[in-house]
Amino acid sequence: MALLEVNNLDVRFALRGGDVRALRDVCFTLDRGERLGIVGESGAGKSVAAFSLLNLIAKPGYIAGGSIIFDGKELSGMKDRGLRRVRGNRISMIFQDPMMTLNPVLSIGEQMVESLKAHRRISTREARAIALHKLNQVQIPSPETRLDQYPHELSGGMRQRVIIAIALLLDPDIIIADEPTTALDVTIQAEIMDLLLELCDKHNVGLVLITHDLGVVSQVTQRMLVMYAGRVIEQGPTREIINGPQHPYTQGLINALPQMATPGSRLNQIPGSMPSLSNLPSGCAFHPRCGFVNDANGAPRKACLDKVPGFVDSGNCRVACHMVAELVNQQQRDSREEVL
Amino acid sequence: MTAAVSQHDPKASAATAGNREQDTAAPLMEIRHLHKRFSLSGDFLEQLKFKSGKLIREQEYVHAINGIDLDIRRGEALCVVGESGCGKSTVARTVMGLLAPSQGEIRYEGQRIDNLSTKELLPYRRRMQMIFQNPYASLNPRMTIQQTLEEPIRLHHPDWSKERVRDQVRDVMDSVGIDSDWGPRFGHEFSGGQRQRIAIARALAVDPEFIVADEPISALDVSIQAQVLNLMMEAQQQRNLTYLFITHDLAVVEHFGTRVAVMYLGMVCELAPTGTLFAKPRHPYTQALLSAIPRLEDDRPQHIRLQGEVPTPVNLPSGCVFHGRCPHANERCRKEVPTLIDVEDGARVACHGVEEGRL
Ligand SMILES: Nc1ncnc2c1ncn2[C@@H]1O[C@H](COP(=O)(O)OP(=O)(O)OP(=O)(O)O)[C@@H](O)[C@H]1O
Ligand SMILES: Nc1ncnc2c1ncn2[C@@H]1O[C@H](COP(=O)(O)OP(=O)(O)O)[C@@H](O)[C@H]1O
Ligand code: SF4
Ligand code: SF4
Ligand SMILES: [Mg+2]
Ligand SMILES: [Mg+2]
Repeated sequence: MALLEVNNLDVRFALRGGDVRALRDVCFTLDRGERLGIVGESGAGKSVAAFSLLNLIAKPGYIAGGSIIFDGKELSGMKDRGLRRVRGNRISMIFQDPMMTLNPVLSIGEQMVESLKAHRRISTREARAIALHKLNQVQIPSPETRLDQYPHELSGGMRQRVIIAIALLLDPDIIIADEPTTALDVTIQAEIMDLLLELCDKHNVGLVLITHDLGVVSQVTQRMLVMYAGRVIEQGPTREIINGPQHPYTQGLINALPQMATPGSRLNQIPGSMPSLSNLPSGCAFHPRCGFVNDANGAPRKACLDKVPGFVDSGNCRVACHMVAELVNQQQRDSREEVL
Repeated sequence: MTAAVSQHDPKASAATAGNREQDTAAPLMEIRHLHKRFSLSGDFLEQLKFKSGKLIREQEYVHAINGIDLDIRRGEALCVVGESGCGKSTVARTVMGLLAPSQGEIRYEGQRIDNLSTKELLPYRRRMQMIFQNPYASLNPRMTIQQTLEEPIRLHHPDWSKERVRDQVRDVMDSVGIDSDWGPRFGHEFSGGQRQRIAIARALAVDPEFIVADEPISALDVSIQAQVLNLMMEAQQQRNLTYLFITHDLAVVEHFGTRVAVMYLGMVCELAPTGTLFAKPRHPYTQALLSAIPRLEDDRPQHIRLQGEVPTPVNLPSGCVFHGRCPHANERCRKEVPTLIDVEDGARVACHGVEEGRL
């Protein structure tokens, strides 16, 4: 069984105009030591997905349905105490905004000691020793000095190292990293990402990496999810998706990268933009932007306009698209005919 | 502003007049020995400090630009890349006349423009337009799109009739693919990509020749970035524009730029035609930067690891500003500031190691 199993997760925000569905039908698994990428445009629901794994969705948000099973135990209904034992301890999170992890009025050492003592029965001295060890692991220059420094005294790259040290503090099984390097410079980004990967590998920690950078996902992760308007529209082995995307949105996203076009020529843009969740188009939420909405006869596929596409397994990938479903059915029919 | 074309300072142009063909045409814009410092120390009283029993005046500066020489050629898309804080935006704002240089000169068609009064600068302001990074902040929230687009036209053509202004707005809306029914709506009703489209329309509304774009797509999603880049490339072809395009995204540079200037701590460390730069980066910093781009390739390639982090521009390192992180630094690098020298394929590199032939 997978270490983490998410089934039909449904997250909503109760707003004045009614509920907004931020996530729907989100299903995925993560094995021990596996690296999973989540990509999508701004507002697609990546951070909401990460937050809800730890039940950190703040009001007016709430988990309206589905299950999150970690190491055989259901998390989504769990009360605060049980959850606290998992959160930070066995699953830790690196937030998009570093200041969500770091408390500006506490020194680095104080924060690390505090969270160690919240989860383990150890003395301050022991906790400090562990903190120092973790800072050493993230290769911070002069770690003893850092313990007594405050977050604002550190550069961006150094701060991110501290955050990784904190994420590793309690020897978690999974780290969820939400855009862990986006705020950093390119050369520093590459170093921080190397460090994170090295440590995850060494300690067999699973990684859920959220990013909008397809290059990073393709180099770092083994499997990936592509999100659009609150749904996972394609998932599967990273290499297969990058080399042969099946969902029209994934195709569009990859093809729009400058490296996919000859320098100076027109880029393959996707027309339009992602709809707001409170105003989703009918049927497939991508249909107003989709170049495959018409069927073989050139008329719009009725299902694309009326029916939210279900998930279909195609090769090693799972895709939410009527056209892909048709292709898969066709192939199955063809191969059946061949057998006969 | 017509006769000024060939009257630029002969001393200054001698520095760049290599034997390369493109160089023979006078550049549209010349940046000479540009320095820009920002004071960090506040007013006079705040600068007074007691040190070893004496009252002294101490001023601290951010050295945002430390001696840049750069020509921008007519019709090119010159990209400026570098990490955050290296001075890209400061170059952009100085070139646009929004900041006064601490030292050095800016020339447009040979005419110095950095020391002009606001009124004298006005004709240049029409010919040079700027597009900013943040599409959410760059549009006035109290103006409709129609008003936003009319404003610069009215400023630069006070004698135009209402109809002519309206025609011009309609033309520019057409050319960047803005629906005419957007006119009466306000900026906040639009997405980031749509707003950037409006900002581009606003810049184009006065028929400029030269556009400075400071990270115009950084705040946008990949699928929208492609839309905006396409729009900017189309506009360049149709209107024969010259771009100074600032970005930290090297994939975008490779696609969009004709030449690239790589900046580090307020200096240009390499200047080269785009193809040359990507095929054969010469400066150790450029090499590290290019090796760090996450690409879609199969495996994570080994990137060049740099030691340390970018120093602050408050206390500039001596010698080569990159020496603290450079794997090839030697004694000379720690003492002597390297200047741009010509290397093959039209590239220019500021590095002692390259000059000495050891890199
Ligand atoms: N507190 C909230 N109230 C209402 N809607 C919210 C709230 N938080 C998030 N949302 C909505 O949920 C959707 C998903 O947001 P989320 O933060 O997960 O996006 P994301 O994919 O992480 O985007 P980004 O790449 O910009 O970080 C968005 O439409 C957002 O507006
Ligand atoms: N108005 C200002 N006052 C003080 N320092 C500034 C000001 N503008 C820019 N700087 C500093 O100058 C340096 C270069 O900044 P900038 O040109 O904005 O960099 P970039 O655009 O490359 O990220 C930075 O250290 C920045 O903090
Ligand atoms: S379901 Fe239809 S509209 Fe949606 S992505 Fe597939 S083909 Fe396009
Ligand atoms: S001048 Fe010296 S320190 Fe600077 S980049 Fe060249 S080799 Fe490195
Ligand atoms: Mg997010
Ligand atoms: Mg900037």
